[in-house]
Amino acid sequence: MQAAKPAARKNTQSHAVRYTVASIAKYVTLIVGALAALVPIIVVLFASLKTGAEYGSTGALTPPSNWLNFDNYVKAFVDGKMMVGFVNTIIILIVSIIGATFTGSMIAYILSRFQFRGKKLLLGAFLLATLIPSVTTQVATFQIINDLHLFNTRLAPIVLYLGTDIIAVYIFLQFLDTIAVSLDESAMLDGASYFTIYFRIILPLLLPAIVTVIIIKGVAIYNDFYTPFLYMPKSSLQVISTALFKFKGPYGSQWEVICAAIIITIIPTLIAFLSLQKYIYNGFAQGSEKG
Amino acid sequence: MQQDHAEAAGHSADFRKGLRQAKGTGRLSPSVERNVMPLFKPNNRFRSLFLFTALRSEEGYAAKDSYGGVEVSYRNQRILIIACFTIVPLALLVTFAYLPVVNMFRYSFTDWNGYGKTFNYVGFDNYKSIFTDPKYFSVFKVSLYYFFATFVQMGLALYFATILSFKVRGKNFFKGVLFFPYLLNGVAIGFIFLFFFKPGGTFDTVLQALGLDFLIQKWLLNPNIINVSLAGASVWRYMGFNFIVFLGAISSISKDIYEASDIDGANRWHQFRHIILPSIKRIVQLNIILSISGAISAFDIPYIMTGGSNGSNTFVIQTVDVAFKYGKVGLASAMAVVLLFIVVIVTLIQQLFVKEEK
Repeated sequence: MQAAKPAARKNTQSHAVRYTVASIAKYVTLIVGALAALVPIIVVLFASLKTGAEYGSTGALTPPSNWLNFDNYVKAFVDGKMMVGFVNTIIILIVSIIGATFTGSMIAYILSRFQFRGKKLLLGAFLLATLIPSVTTQVATFQIINDLHLFNTRLAPIVLYLGTDIIAVYIFLQFLDTIAVSLDESAMLDGASYFTIYFRIILPLLLPAIVTVIIIKGVAIYNDFYTPFLYMPKSSLQVISTALFKFKGPYGSQWEVICAAIIITIIPTLIAFLSLQKYIYNGFAQGSEKG
Repeated sequence: MQQDHAEAAGHSADFRKGLRQAKGTGRLSPSVERNVMPLFKPNNRFRSLFLFTALRSEEGYAAKDSYGGVEVSYRNQRILIIACFTIVPLALLVTFAYLPVVNMFRYSFTDWNGYGKTFNYVGFDNYKSIFTDPKYFSVFKVSLYYFFATFVQMGLALYFATILSFKVRGKNFFKGVLFFPYLLNGVAIGFIFLFFFKPGGTFDTVLQALGLDFLIQKWLLNPNIINVSLAGASVWRYMGFNFIVFLGAISSISKDIYEASDIDGANRWHQFRHIILPSIKRIVQLNIILSISGAISAFDIPYIMTGGSNGSNTFVIQTVDVAFKYGKVGLASAMAVVLLFIVVIVTLIQQLFVKEEK
């Protein structure tokens, strides 16, 4: 490496050549990386548009003969009762996100704006909870959900998302630090109550943080498989993950139908990603700083 | 119909019977009666409100100086808002984050089956069987595959993040494509890779097209290879996340530093080695440590794809099976406690890194 430096200076021509080679290598690796990310999904799209016979006779990389053959999609959507999955997912998503926004911002408001005895303990309790990986405690959580008669209800995942995923509290706490306390104080001089300050000043100013929470929580809840699988086995309560998982047994040999179901699951994610790209990148970059 | 689903969820017949019994009698287990219910009884809620009131009244006067004449009403409001805004989040946190941990520790010293009304305390027997019976502890070596995959994942993420932080054509396209897999549904990813690795599937077809037929394996049936395949799927899933975090960190480095180094004749490697790497070292370390606890608790992908068969069983899959399939909640709790300890230790190391940074 040290030898390379003077050599490059001595001969600018070789430097230029090396630069072009590096540039080609750069694009080659980028294209290989993009293909590695896309090919597994694209072949699923191909297979989902093929007829049963066509699927059996063509290779995975062969495009479908008719790009508008949506028979598998109809079959997957109707037979797999995916509508039920979407409805349940949306209900759980909306209630959990609204709940997390309120509980998270309320406790963050208290912890960032008030001094009281036991505050450190309270803050510590919320921070420490992130150390507990929820997958390890399911064994005992199950008994609690069961004893509260929440098993096989939509409330089970909702209360678990609210109680164990503390990331919203972090994000709000971080963001509240950037909102000047003088705003609160001037509102108090005007005689505003703490409740008014929270609803009229804090909550509206938290909007960018709320967007982050919606994205991080939304992705996590839409993609969560284990919580609904364990706590809502009833078929009328299936969410999109568990609806998709059920294709595994009965459709084992009909990959073209399973592939259609996979694509149906991916479409909402793709739409959300394309329309909210900027917020999504920022959201995850922010969420990762919680440490 | 319903029974089928309960079975699909891995609940044993005995377990379901126990559940029905518990529902029939409408009685809660004594542990829950003691630990959970008080939180929901109104008299206790008021007691905690009272506690807050008592707590506040001592410090209430401290606010006097800062808020001048309005301190009295604000003092009462303070008490009210602290109590109102704390009670729900705190009740949720205690019930669903801390109580399970406490119960888990307790169960780990018992032979409880998950639904019986009685159980015996068995001391450290459950822990003994975990550490002495190779059947239970040996699955930790499966974590090693995911652990090594972590480094591949970090390397790729770092490489692409570095390249894309410089001027590149189609930057946004590549950024989006590399990140997108991270957003996908876990079950969809599991199925995508079942399709990818199945005999005659995508991977075999690609290898054939490249003339590499001799490399074709039974990717998900050969116990020697299955964990490599599954760890590969895991890299595909999580690389995008590390990539976007690294990209964010790299793009916060000031442009002037690159320009100055260009004048000094530094090439891209020098810039990476001496500018980029030092400034994102911490965040790389953090991500590696996070990924280690991820590797130890690998669950989604192997569970959805293989259910832990053919030697792909991970510690978490095993814990879940022991608890919900075989009804050994005592033993499963002990396994979960062991896992919790490992993850907490790893996370504490991470916290130390963060402290050092500050």
